Amino acid sequence: MSQAMSEATGTIYTETVIYSATEAFAADVPYQTAIVSLDSGGRVTGRIINEPGERVRINDRVARVEFRDGVPFFRKIA
Amino acid sequence: MRPVSVIGIGKTPFGAFPGRDLRSLAVEAGEKCLRNGHTVPAQIEAFFLGNFAGPSFTGQNHLAPYVSTALGIQGVPATRVEAACASSGSAFFHAFTGVASGVYDIVLVVGAEKMTSQPTPKVTEILAGAGDCAGEIKAGSTFASLFAMIARRHMYQFGTTREHLAAVAVKNHANGALNPDAQMRKAIAMEQAMNGKPIADPLNLYDCSLISDGAAAVLLAPTERAGEFTDKPVRVLGIAQASDFVALDQKPDITTFPAVRRASANAYRMAGVGPADIQLAELHDCFTIAEIVAIEDLGFAARGEGGPFTLEGHTARTGDKPINTSGGLKSKGHPVGATGVAQICDLVLQMRCEAGDRQVPRHSLALAQNLGGSGATCVVTILGAV
Repeated sequence: MSQAMSEATGTIYTETVIYSATEAFAADVPYQTAIVSLDSGGRVTGRIINEPGERVRINDRVARVEFRDGVPFFRKIA
Repeated sequence: MRPVSVIGIGKTPFGAFPGRDLRSLAVEAGEKCLRNGHTVPAQIEAFFLGNFAGPSFTGQNHLAPYVSTALGIQGVPATRVEAACASSGSAFFHAFTGVASGVYDIVLVVGAEKMTSQPTPKVTEILAGAGDCAGEIKAGSTFASLFAMIARRHMYQFGTTREHLAAVAVKNHANGALNPDAQMRKAIAMEQAMNGKPIADPLNLYDCSLISDGAAAVLLAPTERAGEFTDKPVRVLGIAQASDFVALDQKPDITTFPAVRRASANAYRMAGVGPADIQLAELHDCFTIAEIVAIEDLGFAARGEGGPFTLEGHTARTGDKPINTSGGLKSKGHPVGATGVAQICDLVLQMRCEAGDRQVPRHSLALAQNLGGSGATCVVTILGAV
């Protein structure tokens, strides 16, 4: 696995689905956030992009698919 | 270092008070405290104000002299202390160090917050300022969501259940129903606590503390002079403050708070007691999971056993380790900057046998734990009836 790839993948350490948010995120509810243990080391708090009706759980594998305004967005991988 | 005692307490009720501003609440608590400690403003040698976000909630800054002069306290050092939800616990700690070191004799500490002037999304945003705004908060975290992630991990590692969380809420509401100064004097049923409106999964509305206005005050003096002011002084036997990362994702293990462990270890050592000796406690139940983690970090139960310990009734008012007989932040209310000092006031009431319907029979050694943010600040205080 390349360095770039390993930096962008990780495992869900913990997660939540948020139903009550600040005004800045009110349009997004419900949305999932998680702390991801990165394969490259360290942890980061990011957003999860889910298919409708899906969510990630602890130990699920995720890959970072994009940054939006510096915030990493992850998606579940097999 | 010389012994220090609490010689007076004063509190406003906690609640939503549309006609009251921050200063009037702080002044009410301060005046009640001075009367309770048979002290006049001219005797106060230093003033500390615990307040988290007065400038954000109300627009007013420079709050310590703003409040102290309204109390008639002139000329002496007046200092605001900010440490998120541990602001007034920290103010109390710093007041203690001032008296213990001999710099001051008589010190007044007030904790105050005015929150209900803002709508809930704005309150959520202001509270989020106690987190890492460049990381977790920017990603959309709220404080409820940070504690939800702690709860989720605690459930995964230890088998903690929704029922365990709900048991904290049911117990604290049962206590708060007996507290005339509590914001929500209403017992709730287990089924209700299990099925509240979702806030941040797995936490629902009944897992979250309240948005409140309120203030609390305590008066400190060297123990050798306490008898001049009261016949019911309460000794500060041990006290410590500790710190840790602000961002939750920097903690190696989010199911335990190192700042709580460090502060409590130091406070226990200073007091010469251990967790088994503590007869009652006020813990920082900003969310139900926070009380469960605190029970474990303070050594009242083993790691992972905080939930079962609660469900088994140990922490009930009638249990062997009563916790949050005031109703806790959950039912009494959580005017953030007032909470740490309010915990001290509630314990002193118990230790003086003035707690009314919620009075517990064993009350000579008590502990308060005040947490800031998701564990970045903790103040632990151990009080002894003289």
